[in-house]
Amino acid sequence: MAPHDLRRPFKRAAISDQQRRRELSLQRQAQHRRDAQHQARCLASFLNPHSEPEPETTSETEPEPSDSPKELDIRHASKLKGAEARKWFARQLMLPEWMIDVPDQLPQDWYVFARPAGKRCFVVSSNGTTMSRLRNGSMLHHFPSALPSGARTKDSSGSAQSYSILDCIFHESDQTYYVIDMVCWREYSLYDCTAEFRFFWLSSKLVETGACDLPSQYHRYRFSLVPVYNCDQAGLSAAYTGAVPYVKDGLFFYNKYDLFFYSVDKTGNTPLALVWKDENCSQYVIDRIAKDRFQANNSRLFIYSLDRVVLELQDNGNLSTSDDPPVVFGCVDRAFIEQTESRSGNLLQFAISDGGLNFVDGSLRRLIYIISEIPI
Amino acid sequence: MAMEVTQILLNAQSIDGNVRKHAEDSIKQFQEQNLPSFLLSLSGELANDDKPVESRKLAGLILKNALDAKEQHRKFELVQSWVTLDNAVKAQIKTCLLQTLSSAVSDARSTASQVIAKIAGIELPQKQWPELIVSLLSNIHQQAANVRQATLETLGYLCEEVSPNVVDQDQVNKILTAVVQGMNASEGNNDVRLAATRALYNALGFAQANFSNDMERDYIMRVVCEATLSPELKIRQAAFECLVSISSTYYEKLAHYIQDIFNITAKAVREDEEPVALQAIEFWSSICDEEIDILEDYGGDFTGDSDIPCFYFIKQALPALVPMLLETLLKQEEDQDQDEGAWNIAMAGGTCLGLVARTVGDDIVPLVMPFIEENITKPEWRQREAATYAFGSILEGPSPDKLTPIVNVALTFMLAALTKDPNNHVKDTTAWTLGRIFEFLHGSTIDSPIITQANCQQIITVLLQSMKDVPNVAEKACGALYFLAQGFEEGGPSSTLTPFFQEIVQALLTVTHREDASESRLRTAAYETLNEVVRCSTDETASMVLHLVPIIMMELHKTLEGQKLSSDEREKQSELQGLLCGCLQVIIQKLGSSEPTKYLFMQYADQIMELYLRVFACRSATVHEEAMLAIGALAYATGPDFAKYMPEFYKYLEMGLQNFEEYQVCAVTVGVVGDICRALEDQILPYCDGIMTQLLKNLSSNQLHRSVKPPIFSCFGDIALAIGENFEKYLIYAMPMLQSAAELSAHTSGADDDLVDYTNSLRNGILEAYSGIFQGFKNSPKTQLLIPFALHILQFLDSIYMEKDMDDVVMKTAVGVLGDLADTLGSNAGTLIQQSLSSKDFLDECLSSDDHLIKESAEWAKLAINRAISV
Repeated sequence: MAPHDLRRPFKRAAISDQQRRRELSLQRQAQHRRDAQHQARCLASFLNPHSEPEPETTSETEPEPSDSPKELDIRHASKLKGAEARKWFARQLMLPEWMIDVPDQLPQDWYVFARPAGKRCFVVSSNGTTMSRLRNGSMLHHFPSALPSGARTKDSSGSAQSYSILDCIFHESDQTYYVIDMVCWREYSLYDCTAEFRFFWLSSKLVETGACDLPSQYHRYRFSLVPVYNCDQAGLSAAYTGAVPYVKDGLFFYNKYDLFFYSVDKTGNTPLALVWKDENCSQYVIDRIAKDRFQANNSRLFIYSLDRVVLELQDNGNLSTSDDPPVVFGCVDRAFIEQTESRSGNLLQFAISDGGLNFVDGSLRRLIYIISEIPI
Repeated sequence: MAMEVTQILLNAQSIDGNVRKHAEDSIKQFQEQNLPSFLLSLSGELANDDKPVESRKLAGLILKNALDAKEQHRKFELVQSWVTLDNAVKAQIKTCLLQTLSSAVSDARSTASQVIAKIAGIELPQKQWPELIVSLLSNIHQQAANVRQATLETLGYLCEEVSPNVVDQDQVNKILTAVVQGMNASEGNNDVRLAATRALYNALGFAQANFSNDMERDYIMRVVCEATLSPELKIRQAAFECLVSISSTYYEKLAHYIQDIFNITAKAVREDEEPVALQAIEFWSSICDEEIDILEDYGGDFTGDSDIPCFYFIKQALPALVPMLLETLLKQEEDQDQDEGAWNIAMAGGTCLGLVARTVGDDIVPLVMPFIEENITKPEWRQREAATYAFGSILEGPSPDKLTPIVNVALTFMLAALTKDPNNHVKDTTAWTLGRIFEFLHGSTIDSPIITQANCQQIITVLLQSMKDVPNVAEKACGALYFLAQGFEEGGPSSTLTPFFQEIVQALLTVTHREDASESRLRTAAYETLNEVVRCSTDETASMVLHLVPIIMMELHKTLEGQKLSSDEREKQSELQGLLCGCLQVIIQKLGSSEPTKYLFMQYADQIMELYLRVFACRSATVHEEAMLAIGALAYATGPDFAKYMPEFYKYLEMGLQNFEEYQVCAVTVGVVGDICRALEDQILPYCDGIMTQLLKNLSSNQLHRSVKPPIFSCFGDIALAIGENFEKYLIYAMPMLQSAAELSAHTSGADDDLVDYTNSLRNGILEAYSGIFQGFKNSPKTQLLIPFALHILQFLDSIYMEKDMDDVVMKTAVGVLGDLADTLGSNAGTLIQQSLSSKDFLDECLSSDDHLIKESAEWAKLAINRAISV
């Protein structure tokens, strides 16, 4: 029972750097475990054969199959400014294809909603401010909002660094952002989540923030949800004919089990989001180029009575689908390529008539151009 | 035979190595061949007054070592072999031991006391040897002082060995009475009084009931206080030790005595010899510890149901306490800053002053400022140093509002002193004080910054200059730079330090190459500061951080070149490798956190890995750990490409998992397995048999520190998530382990805080394993293999919910498992889920949680459950 040592640390930091290194490593590991779990939970539980090519393509073509680079990418993107931001957001579009046939399992596996007319954009709230960016990446509005970290208010719910990204359509006449999808909420990435989960999350989270309230000093534009229906007969009918507080521009179809994999292909086209337009549900039934070209009264009928197909131009002049592996449909000659100033990788839109593949009205279009004109 | 034993024991202490070795071998052989006879011989030797004291002491020591060991498993084995001894043998040994307490030889008595306590530690909890305490207490009334002294010493050791709840209150009362009587001034023999005072120190934990009784407590306190005035230094010191222990064990009972204790301690601090004065100061440091804890727990807001209220003893004593402590600061020793082991009254006083500042905050400032102002410019170095140390000590605690104006004035003075003061001691304390200023008053949370673009240049110039000073001053300058960098950690994309980055890094590297860098921990401080500078750097300086990679790699390479090393050199090499691996780890983590820098860093990955493998080949535990941590960071940065390193790295991974002795190494390795799982995903499959076998072994071992077990369970989850349905073959081993651990951790009733914390970390590990397994099997045709486990898992969730003692982390993980189970098993588990309590009450509770992580997991779980039960 010798006297007990009572020395205390003298002129020393309470924690050694070694201990700090250990703790920081543990924190990093815990964070990555959470990320991995989160990713696993959001992967579709009901992947069925027809939706499988999606994730498969991704895991084979993406050099890094792990989730983290994408997570980082989003986190990174929320902080981008200027030209860089424009470039990033322009790449991230999840654009629908025209609905040219009725998918299998439509009533079970799909959602439908009436698309508000207006500018499709991403809304990013972070660091006390909110920004909306159009599909080409350029900025639409820069404003305070009630979204998380969307305004410099004293509200301390959550860190100021946290960010959220919404997929919206800005509807001019009532100055409202209609939210049609959610990419990321309070740093919680919904990248790999099914549409089912994203819509559920969206509807449970958005109202809580007060973003759907009328505009005020710290909340310049109102946000609003669109009514989403199952694709059964009642749902389709409600979306098609039901009254909504906005001007309709076609119907949007989302596969419930589609993951929000952005970089599926270079264009952002995803076969799990489809659009339908006709006179009854859209005032923009014809894209503007078509309008320019076809002044004649019967042009509408002409275009929409044909099936259309989008093909990618290869180095050797072959035209192929964007499938993996690509399926070759036909080819064009050199003169055609020079005449149209096409390059390998361009996407060309074709109409299919009874006789097989033809160019629409004998002309060729680059799909990228066309899509940027169709106000989807 | 008996003569032979004595000779062997004496030979075992011979200066001749050969003789000693031979004797040790004979002892070992004897122990292995016939344990009962071996123990009997030893106890006989110890009890025999005719034998030389050397052989008796060693006999007692070997006897003690045959009953107890440091390592848990060894101890367990020894206890088992004692318990299974023949009762007659045990009785005979005990008789010898008790008899030895009456010996005239004090070393024999003292050794016997310790052995008796060890046996008591084994037998009393089993309700055996009931006559021990009775027989000891009867000794107390004997005339012979040596018997009373030895008996009190035995009671002291006994209280140290056994837990209070195995001795009934009646016997506790008798023990305390005997001890306190022995301490009383009326006890004429100083040896008896000292033994009693030291015994009380250990017996205080038994005195809960007695301290709740006013009369008994008054009596004990009076006797302890009187003992602090004994003419015998050792008794005074032991009595103050009792006061220190009372201050933390019975803080809430001290109000009546605090004034008297202040007078006693103040007198001791001012007049008594150093060992006593140090204990007297420690009393106040300990009171500060208590009050800081209480104030932290309750935030100064006391409600009727707070466990222990704060009595504000420090605040009340402040006007007298602070001057007393300030006086001690002037009693420095000449070379205390060069001596790692130094501890003196000035150091203790300054440390206590710092604790007082943390306890009372702003109130201390006006009491200390006059002392600082009066002394800081005096020609005598002791006065300047004391003033500076006082200033540095009070920087933690008071509000920035109170301190910032003072610091703004002092900063210029301190920078000048660090450059110009002729005394190393003063410069050491000045650099330390600058570090404290940066630690507590500089950073993004402080409203009015004390470091600006304007003075930053000067501060850095002075610190870098000081890094060329003598090692102890240079080490403190590195420390100051550490906190300077830390304060800029969250400064946004651009850092005030950017213009100086290159210069700072260069200066730190130069320090690491100083001839005298091994003195005063200087090299370690320089590398640690480099780490912090890297951690807090911004994108602006990423290219410079990248440039550090080959430099540190070259340093690490150099450590591997040494040929035949002496054990001293080997230790130095290993320490340096640890620092360099640590530094690389920090750099990798920094560069790996952003895509562009990660890409650039990857060019070095192969070479770094090769270096790590060579470091492992050197086989030193500390390096092993640092290199392992660094590999975790590398695996995260390289992702699937890490697969190419696995064939060579695997054996070290296995070695790390087998390192039970240094459990930190084992724990770190388990974490790295998780990193590698996430990096490699199913490419880890070929290694899983080996890893799982080792992890399962670790779980079943009672040699492995328990803190490693929860992370091992979590690691099961990491593996299952990585390899998916391939986890199938491990289910038959992993699931029963998880089930039995789950049963063990389901209930905590009656456990102390530590055990509740441990239980929660165990639960978290188990639940993370279940999560990983469910998610790993999701969408596979083999999910049906998990159905048989669903009921047990749901019951486990229900039972921990019923216990109402899970922490937020467990709550989040638990509700997540509920969702994972529903998500993976779907309608197969629909009915079971609906019948479970967790899917209703627990889920609802989580849904309305304030913690958004819990809420999110719960919302997800709800969705998964709805899907499972709607099909």
